[in-house]
Amino acid sequence: MTHAGTPIEDLLRELAPQVLGVLARRSGDFDAAEDAVQEALLSAATHWPGEGVPANPRGWLLQTAGRKLLDQVRSAAARRQREIMAATRDVAGPAYAVDDTLTVLFLCCHPALTPGSAIALTLRAVGGLSTAEIAGAFLVPEATMAQRISRAKQKIKGLPLPPADGPERLRSVRHVLYLIFNEGYAATAGTGLVRADLTGEAIRLTRMLDRLVPGDGETAGLLALMLLTDARRDARTNADGELVPLTEQDRDRWDRARIAEGTAVLDAAIGRGAVGEYQLQAAIAALHDRSPSVRDTDWPQILALYGLLERMTGNPVVTLNRAVAAAMVHGPAEGLRLVDGLDERFAESHRLDAVRAHLHELAGDPDAAERHYRAAAARTASVPEQRYLTRRAATLHARRTR
Amino acid sequence: MTKYLLIVDYNPGVVDTPMTEWAPDEIKAHMDYYGALHDELRANGELLANHALTGPEQARTVVGDGRSAPVVTDGPYAEFKEMLAGYELVDVESEERVIEIAAKLSAVPGPGGVPLQQPIRVRRLMGPADFTDLHPDL
Repeated sequence: MTHAGTPIEDLLRELAPQVLGVLARRSGDFDAAEDAVQEALLSAATHWPGEGVPANPRGWLLQTAGRKLLDQVRSAAARRQREIMAATRDVAGPAYAVDDTLTVLFLCCHPALTPGSAIALTLRAVGGLSTAEIAGAFLVPEATMAQRISRAKQKIKGLPLPPADGPERLRSVRHVLYLIFNEGYAATAGTGLVRADLTGEAIRLTRMLDRLVPGDGETAGLLALMLLTDARRDARTNADGELVPLTEQDRDRWDRARIAEGTAVLDAAIGRGAVGEYQLQAAIAALHDRSPSVRDTDWPQILALYGLLERMTGNPVVTLNRAVAAAMVHGPAEGLRLVDGLDERFAESHRLDAVRAHLHELAGDPDAAERHYRAAAARTASVPEQRYLTRRAATLHARRTR
Repeated sequence: MTKYLLIVDYNPGVVDTPMTEWAPDEIKAHMDYYGALHDELRANGELLANHALTGPEQARTVVGDGRSAPVVTDGPYAEFKEMLAGYELVDVESEERVIEIAAKLSAVPGPGGVPLQQPIRVRRLMGPADFTDLHPDL
């Protein structure tokens, strides 16, 4: 899985959802159409590098996939005669490229699907990734992933192709793309490095969505957030593959081009309609990315943005972020005061302990800090975080007992 | 999606009769129940792996110091009911779902079709971090 593929690969993956959209619409059978498009893509990937790209690559793919679909339908029982009629209708009709890609995205991110299914289906039907590649990215056996994709296709089979104008649909597409990015970004600090390519794929698909719905401020906000976050990816792990927190990162290793692009996308998006949570998160990321050091960071501004985000989402994780920002502006005591009373909402999570540990360390109370680092390490389900938190606790312990 | 290990041991649940004394039909019903459950989880794309383990008779314990030959002993012959009998590795959408699956495993039928109510241990696997949840801005 490479996001910087050859021109032919890039072209194929750009065209895949368009062709699928047309075929699915014509045949009324998303499942069969998807299989046919995969076969056509495979055929193109085999023939085009040697024989050259046809003059009308989209038409070629439509025709080939249409033929494959016809073969499938023909090999089915004769009682499906009516479907043959539908599938044999002229598939190389007028171009609906934009609408078709969007339609397929809405379908793959249908609210009726669980996030896990929607992610898998989107990567395959819109991203044009193979089942093996998706399985590898999520560290599950290929047969398991094949089953998941097939279940998802079955599930949306009876559902109508949704119209392209509902805000809910667009929201669920953004959420799925965000989750794909998250999977990839999280993995860069873990062991499965191949998963890092998921961030590239999420960015590619979000760029595509941003082009399809120009003027949608939250989609632009999401793209900006991804770019501004991905810019720090290399600095986020050290040579040993261990996690490096934001405040300790070598800012020379941040990707300036990514930051410039993300900032430009965000600046163009702000003020376009109501401010959304992705825009706010991107704005916070931009403040960090633009700052030469932790000390020079515009913490009061970050604190204000987290305040807005907290009111908008009511998410307790945002409150934790706000507490950290408050500690930078008003001192650690203020941060600790803000996280008071959150215990119930973080009963199962390590995050509150991790933040308390950090704030106690800032406040010069290594005993309390060590205690909370240890509690956080015991609760986290993340390998890199567990390593980081354990090491932090051990460092304080060694200092105390020396 | 989150990965969990479901651990089944030789704890007999509410039934005292060893399996060797069950009626053949009862053993078949017991095995078929597992088979059907595994098929269902596989079809859902939730089951990553499952295995039954051989009994404590074949268990070995190995200790090594990285230099000399390892010390290999038979056993441990801990309490039989505490020995690991098998496991399911699943990848599910939520904690509610994994508990639902564990409850089904626990209710595997024994003699007379009585649900055995074997205790199933549920352990979440460690994985990568979630960047949105990661030390907020620390």
